[in-house]
Amino acid sequence: MAKKMLEVNQLTTKYITRQGEDVYSVDHVSLDIEEGKSLGIAGESGCGKSTLALSLMGYYFPPLHYTSGSIVVDGKDITGLDPDVVRKTVLGTDIAYIPQAAMNALNPTRKVGKFIEDVIKAHELPMDKKQIREMAEQRFARLGLPVEALDKYSVELSGGMRQRVVIAVSTILNPKVLIADEPSSALDVTSQKMVIKMMKDMLASGLVKSMIFITHELPLLYNVTDDIMVMYAGQIVERGSAHEMVFDPVHPYSRGLMRSILVPEEGTRDVKLTAIPGTPPNLKHPPAGCRFAERCRYATNACRYNAMPILEFAPGRTYRCGHSVEHLREVYASEDEE
Amino acid sequence: MKTKNETGILKDSVPVGQKTDAQMQDDRESVSFGSNRNKDFSKEPLCLSGKGVTRVFHTGKVTTVAVDHVNFEFHKGELISIVGESGSGKTTLSKMLLGLLEPTEGEIFFHGQPRDISSGAKKREYWKGIQAIFQDPFSSYNQFHKIDAVLDDCINMRGGKNLSKEERFNMKVEACGFVNLKYAELTNKYPFELSGGQMQRLMIARIFLLKPEILLADEPTSMIDACSRATILDMLLKLRDETGMTVIFITHDIGLAYYISDSVYIMEHGKFVECGKPDKVMLTPEAPYTKRLISDVPKIHEPWDLSTVG
Repeated sequence: MAKKMLEVNQLTTKYITRQGEDVYSVDHVSLDIEEGKSLGIAGESGCGKSTLALSLMGYYFPPLHYTSGSIVVDGKDITGLDPDVVRKTVLGTDIAYIPQAAMNALNPTRKVGKFIEDVIKAHELPMDKKQIREMAEQRFARLGLPVEALDKYSVELSGGMRQRVVIAVSTILNPKVLIADEPSSALDVTSQKMVIKMMKDMLASGLVKSMIFITHELPLLYNVTDDIMVMYAGQIVERGSAHEMVFDPVHPYSRGLMRSILVPEEGTRDVKLTAIPGTPPNLKHPPAGCRFAERCRYATNACRYNAMPILEFAPGRTYRCGHSVEHLREVYASEDEE
Repeated sequence: MKTKNETGILKDSVPVGQKTDAQMQDDRESVSFGSNRNKDFSKEPLCLSGKGVTRVFHTGKVTTVAVDHVNFEFHKGELISIVGESGSGKTTLSKMLLGLLEPTEGEIFFHGQPRDISSGAKKREYWKGIQAIFQDPFSSYNQFHKIDAVLDDCINMRGGKNLSKEERFNMKVEACGFVNLKYAELTNKYPFELSGGQMQRLMIARIFLLKPEILLADEPTSMIDACSRATILDMLLKLRDETGMTVIFITHDIGLAYYISDSVYIMEHGKFVECGKPDKVMLTPEAPYTKRLISDVPKIHEPWDLSTVG
């Protein structure tokens, strides 16, 4: 069995609002990724995808607070570490995080090469400028980025190039887990493809050992990651391989998501496009039962009041629903016939 | 309404028998195309057309041709998508269609007649016929105006200045009802108190009141989740069925354009490189640019070939 690069057990984090209310935006999330694998996280906006990404780093700053659970990266427990320690010993080497719109984060007054120096300095590695430069050039060449980009300012680069530079800089120390939050959603399809290609190459060649990819674009996830996990209202509602999740989703919410996919392929024009009515619940007062019940067409009264545990129904496949898998599949099959 | 259940946790609950918001929307949850799917629109009268429309920008010594001699014919009731990557000139073209920018060269025809928007009054008259929904609902509203004022403006524009309060109220209720919003909950509120999806729906309620002949929708669903996208699309289609409106979609979402349009225009560097029925353009593209664009979109039934990019 392959080595686990990231093991997260029952991680719960919360935001504390100015009014002093707790908002549990990541609620008992457990996940694991093996070496060389990638995991996609899907869900609509406000379901906790980005908060989960922030929480996985183990680097908490208000209003985000750690509540319970553990994060283990390649056998090293990083939960409860001091933020300064996390920044020096975890970020960059164990976990690299690429936030949304990262390409706008480059300081326009500094050249790209300087950012790499900064990363090395922040980790207090014994390297001089020449060695750093050599390492940066090698890495850029390896990733198919022009070496001249190192001597340019970020504003001189195109959007797609900037995003690739950000990824190259943040993975310069070969992190074990790369967490990318919507790395390509602001880009054109062609630039997006280049970014994705680079990330897949990095994973395949072991420059990063595992990858978490967050996006709401399902066709993209399907093509990029091995597994897909669907989040709803701070909880995981289903997990499975990318193929299973797209073609055989079990949870009604996942099914709703998968049925909203539109791709320019034959047959798309005959698809019945359906919406999931309503909005996600307010997590200040999460529903006692299934959090999706209010929007679910199959919900029963029991769904609304009984807390839903997450269950494994096949190897590598988990779901969180009050109905049995057989029942759901029957219902879906009869719907598809209509 | 808050009630306590067995577990003692406070919860928004709905009495048995009363429908929740979600259930009220149930009958609307899938997109229906009405009778206009796959209809031949080329026999319909021309609504908006252009010949050699060009727009050039000068910045210092640099000359940028944003839109380069494009020809188009939009028919009544047709749903047109203009697809292109960023920088292809989509927005410049849409500004010219709306009359916010003058073409440097070429002419735009409205109902087959050259468009005349030389004075403010003529412009306002033209805008009764063409309206827009923009990408970002958060910046489409004047934040100092209440929602009532937004809707009242539309009624006034349609010549309803002398209507009684009651008639206005009924119109506003009807418009909000059309987009599944409750007017009673919106009145006396400001637009920023709504969610993104609600704001975009309010935009459509405006269009419902204005009933323009042409609706220009610039990425109306790109800021909205894929799962609520269907609701917005359904409302636009229903509006078209009811009023025979022409809808122009400006988008970079190729899947969406393929799904919804009657005809597609592919734009590259200010030129239309290909246009026609979506099945023809998307499934058997001829222009190299279209081919590349289609191959770069991740799909689910066909493999995504990553080797085509550097």
